[in-house]
Amino acid sequence: MDPFIVALVVFVLAVFIGFEVITKVPSTLHTPLMSGSNAISGITIVGALLCSFADSFFYLGVVLGFLAMVAASINVVGGYVVTDRMLKMFLKDKK
Amino acid sequence: MSENVLTLIYLLAAVLFIFGLKMLSKVPTAARGNRISAAGMLLATVATFFALTGGTAISLIWVAVALAIGGLIGLRMATKVEMTAMPQMVALLNGFGGVASLLVACGDYALPATLKAAKSYERYVEGSDVVDASLLLTLEQFAAAIPVPWSSLLATGLAALIGGVTFTGSLIAFGKLQGTKWAPDAPVQFAGQKAIIGVLLAGGLILSVFLAVQPDAWFSLLLIVVMALVLGVLLVIGIGGADMPVVIALLNSYSGIAAAMAGFVLNNYALIITGSLVGASGLILTSIMCKAMNRSLMNVLFGGMGSAVAGGGSAIDGEAKESSPEDAAIVLEAAEQIIIVPGYGMAVAQAQHAVKELAQELEKRGKRVYYAIHPVAGRMPGHMNVLLAEAGVEYDVLLDLEPSNAQLPQSDVALVIGANDVTNPDARTNEQSPLYGMPILDVDMARTVFVIKRSLNPGFAGIQNPLYFLNNTRMVFGDAKKVVTELAGELEGI
Repeated sequence: MDPFIVALVVFVLAVFIGFEVITKVPSTLHTPLMSGSNAISGITIVGALLCSFADSFFYLGVVLGFLAMVAASINVVGGYVVTDRMLKMFLKDKK
Repeated sequence: MSENVLTLIYLLAAVLFIFGLKMLSKVPTAARGNRISAAGMLLATVATFFALTGGTAISLIWVAVALAIGGLIGLRMATKVEMTAMPQMVALLNGFGGVASLLVACGDYALPATLKAAKSYERYVEGSDVVDASLLLTLEQFAAAIPVPWSSLLATGLAALIGGVTFTGSLIAFGKLQGTKWAPDAPVQFAGQKAIIGVLLAGGLILSVFLAVQPDAWFSLLLIVVMALVLGVLLVIGIGGADMPVVIALLNSYSGIAAAMAGFVLNNYALIITGSLVGASGLILTSIMCKAMNRSLMNVLFGGMGSAVAGGGSAIDGEAKESSPEDAAIVLEAAEQIIIVPGYGMAVAQAQHAVKELAQELEKRGKRVYYAIHPVAGRMPGHMNVLLAEAGVEYDVLLDLEPSNAQLPQSDVALVIGANDVTNPDARTNEQSPLYGMPILDVDMARTVFVIKRSLNPGFAGIQNPLYFLNNTRMVFGDAKKVVTELAGELEGI
């Protein structure tokens, strides 16, 4: 089978999971949910890794991949840490 | 590491993301959910790192350098940011995600074919049982023999288009939320804006298709990038600050879709699954936000709240009655149930801690205090909840729209702190009002309403709020933090 078709099947099914996974969210959590899912979209870091690995830095593609790694890791680390900071605030008053 | 193992690890990471998102939507499990999702990300990243082949030691160094630079910047931003600045922080991070997907798509396009084919060439050499090596294809021949599939080229164009829109759109949203000069809070609109947006969007899509049939047409990819960057600016610049909750949710969704498209470019399941998860859940959040404002997405994106309103709103007769913190304290002292209604003004004045202290002062006197939180109060969905949580307010006294409206008629005092449009009774009664139909907090149902506000000026949208002119409303003018602190002080003195 064409790998594209497999990828398309995966894509469509994942979209449906995405629609279902966060239906009943209390509005209290809207901000951390957004920053948390924002961090998840930093998965593109995997793509960045894949295109910046070569035998030399002197390819345009590798330079772009390098920049992509920097941007994606800001997204990932910043997103998770800031979400954690917010959620800790929600929990501290339960003690 | 074989490709099968790597894909199974990606599957595991995707499962962790799904559990993480699910747990993020319930308060008691949310923090754990976020960590589970972070573990998934770490797993996917580390596995990819170890699966890389064809590189040399030098590439390990630059991968480490890139991750260290990005990680440190992200860490610093995340630990330094004020809770009040959370909307612009999320916008900015989102922009980085968008540009990363754009760069991945362009980077992969720019990589020499021999480099990309290196891995499958290895497998080809290992897999063939030819004894004489000279009978095998060379790497160059091998690379030339497998053309880049059209689907991957189409996805390259789309990833660049969506990633670019996410990038500049997020930067403009950041600028608007931060209050910078280059991106004013008010919507910026000009004649022909919608037409230009339409042309750019159609152009970007057509060029993506063109790239798919003409793989060597690098200039069309370049053109897509430029058009996408302009498109992002034009799409967001025309939207007012108060509609930012919807815009941020939508851009969040875009960044997910861009990552999924980058996944199609690389035929990488981690990106496809995770990107589409975020894309779809972002759309759900967007539609929740739109419902909270009773507007369609199209209306938010192209309606331009600020421009539609000219002359809207009811003519106000009567005068707003002003009150002092002393008088307000006396009324609060006599009240039994008080509902605090926070809005963007509370965030701007950084008044959340002062509000919590006032509430404590009231609770000490045996009064019931609730917080009525409109879903789109502030500049980001749930922003008020985060600020109040920062100040140490328990989340079970934060009421959503419906429980708030059930409590408001039984409340002695509604204390509106920097909220405006979400309390406008015109939304219920005045069909001419641009807000008509939007679900609001019925603060006017409380026995007495105190509104803490800098002045009578309507918000940037220019919609007059008749609440301020009602018989049971008293205005207390001044900075939210200063007034609330004064109120608490007066109350202590009684």
